Amino acid sequence: MKADGTVNRAALPTIFNPDDLHALEAALSIKETYGGKVTALTMGPLGAADVLRECLYRGADRAILINDRRAAGSDTLATSYILSMAIRRIGDFDFVFCGRQAIDGDTAQVGPQIAQKLGIAQITYFEKLVELNARTLRARRNVGNGWEVLEARLPLLLTILDAANEPRPAAARRMMRFKHAQTMAEVSRSVSAAMPQANKEQLDVEQANRLELLKNRGLLIKQWDLDEIGADMAWCGVAGSPTKVHRVQSIVLRKEGFKRIEPTEDGVRTLIQELIVDHALG
Amino acid sequence: MIEPNRRGEVWVFAEQEDESLNDVSLELCGKALELAHRLKVPMGAVLVGWNVRELSYRLIAHGADKVYCVHDTRLEHYTTLPYARALCQLIEKHKPQVVLFGASPLGRDLAPRVASEMRAGLTADCTDLEIGDYSDKKTNTEHKNLLLQIRPAFGGNIIATIINYERWPQMATVREGVMRLGEGDPRRSGTIIDEQIEFNDFDVAVRVIERHRQERAVNLKGARTIVAGGAGVGGKDSFKLIHDLAGAIGGAVGASRAAVDSGFIGKEHQVGQTGTTVRPALYIACGISGAVQHRAGMEESAKIIAINWDREAPIFGVAHYGIVGDLRKVIPMMIQAIKKKPA
Repeated sequence: MKADGTVNRAALPTIFNPDDLHALEAALSIKETYGGKVTALTMGPLGAADVLRECLYRGADRAILINDRRAAGSDTLATSYILSMAIRRIGDFDFVFCGRQAIDGDTAQVGPQIAQKLGIAQITYFEKLVELNARTLRARRNVGNGWEVLEARLPLLLTILDAANEPRPAAARRMMRFKHAQTMAEVSRSVSAAMPQANKEQLDVEQANRLELLKNRGLLIKQWDLDEIGADMAWCGVAGSPTKVHRVQSIVLRKEGFKRIEPTEDGVRTLIQELIVDHALG
Repeated sequence: MIEPNRRGEVWVFAEQEDESLNDVSLELCGKALELAHRLKVPMGAVLVGWNVRELSYRLIAHGADKVYCVHDTRLEHYTTLPYARALCQLIEKHKPQVVLFGASPLGRDLAPRVASEMRAGLTADCTDLEIGDYSDKKTNTEHKNLLLQIRPAFGGNIIATIINYERWPQMATVREGVMRLGEGDPRRSGTIIDEQIEFNDFDVAVRVIERHRQERAVNLKGARTIVAGGAGVGGKDSFKLIHDLAGAIGGAVGASRAAVDSGFIGKEHQVGQTGTTVRPALYIACGISGAVQHRAGMEESAKIIAINWDREAPIFGVAHYGIVGDLRKVIPMMIQAIKKKPA
């Protein structure tokens, strides 16, 4: 946790968000039946390149990392703005697939907010493809107490439930190939490590060569900053985030403690007060 | 986006389906009324649909001073875009300072779309809301009477309080069942305001082709609080006490195997090894002795209260609070204390 109450994501391990595996699977299975290209996109610290390689292993055609210090502290609104700008930068698309929600914040907000920013319709809690005809999709979504089939025109944003599919494992052949895929930052780091004696000019030359080589072999994970996607800084990071963390409290688990409450009005009233203070009662 | 304004109302999006209101909207009405009193502004509910105007009276009974009604045949079944359009146009027009949604599947589909359109902040899945002040030390500014949006984060290990003071409305989705569902007062009066919304072709482009709904199953897994009864409750009639307490704190009803086998309540309520394993924030075990099979299904609960006549009952071994006494006396006292809790 940082001083302002936002999360220091660089200090956390970067993991593949479980719901997003189902989003990737949905994209890959549509590609298999109807054709197209799957682009994996994430915003995060440099370590998020691992997650993008995992997408390549499973079948994504290309991968893009949005990495920029100025994006730190983004809430869901700023995050959705940045991702929507990146999607615009990618160009034409028919579908945006998102996981239902992230495992850290659980907000499930970024998907619908990206759809709004792109000016396209959304189908959340996607469970099953019913029909895809030319530019029209029929899909079944789960609404908690039942389901419904919606019909909508492409392009569309879908958020995918974990029940929608079984994510495929990484393919061994693709792993052999894409374990060499790197971002610009990774290239630069490995060049510096390999040539400790070299001056800046030599390093730049070697780095340019390596980047060119990776690009030609389809192994370059694109790394974009906020300038590259034309983002307006007023809508990014802390400045672009209307929600602020006021305070954070740890929940005190008093498992070891046992408290006897007298079965009287006073005893019960004190208990209820204590529960409210501890947020055990809303 | 709207500017912070002190005269803005406190709003609740009134979620309805097939002409019946979702409980979470009525729970929110009670909370919103409390917040509106603190801010000395009216409480408004936004009711969108077709043939739903009658529901306004229930919203008024539960606390709405005004009900903004949008009715249109195209709104009969919920789809995101026209509902979002209706809310955004009403927010632009009336400039509420707070807009609350239930964190139901529908609310979590709609609220982010509206927040994004309004370029406003939105906090997901709140478990409490308060009014409070915030002083920003960096800019040395003081913000009075903000909506404090309180929610668990990171697997429930911490409680975060979120605010937004620059770009309004202050928006939040609130978890179902955490706010108390009041009984409503049919004598309350309020105003129903019919609103016209302009829809464009894009808004109504997504169509519902087929719908299937079933009765909501008992949701023990997702419940934040559970009140469970055992054999010690004594009978089917006195089991009503368990339902009453669960109703008062907005919790789900659970039961031990003994209570289920005695026919006090259905098997779908059973907690334990052969029933559902639960880990709510609060578990109140009433008249449950605490056989190991039951304890295995609930001992991970963050807080456990046990009420039992028998001071030797094993349930006290996993409880954080123990009340040795007659649950027929203790439960009414608890309901009383909860109803009287200060805002």
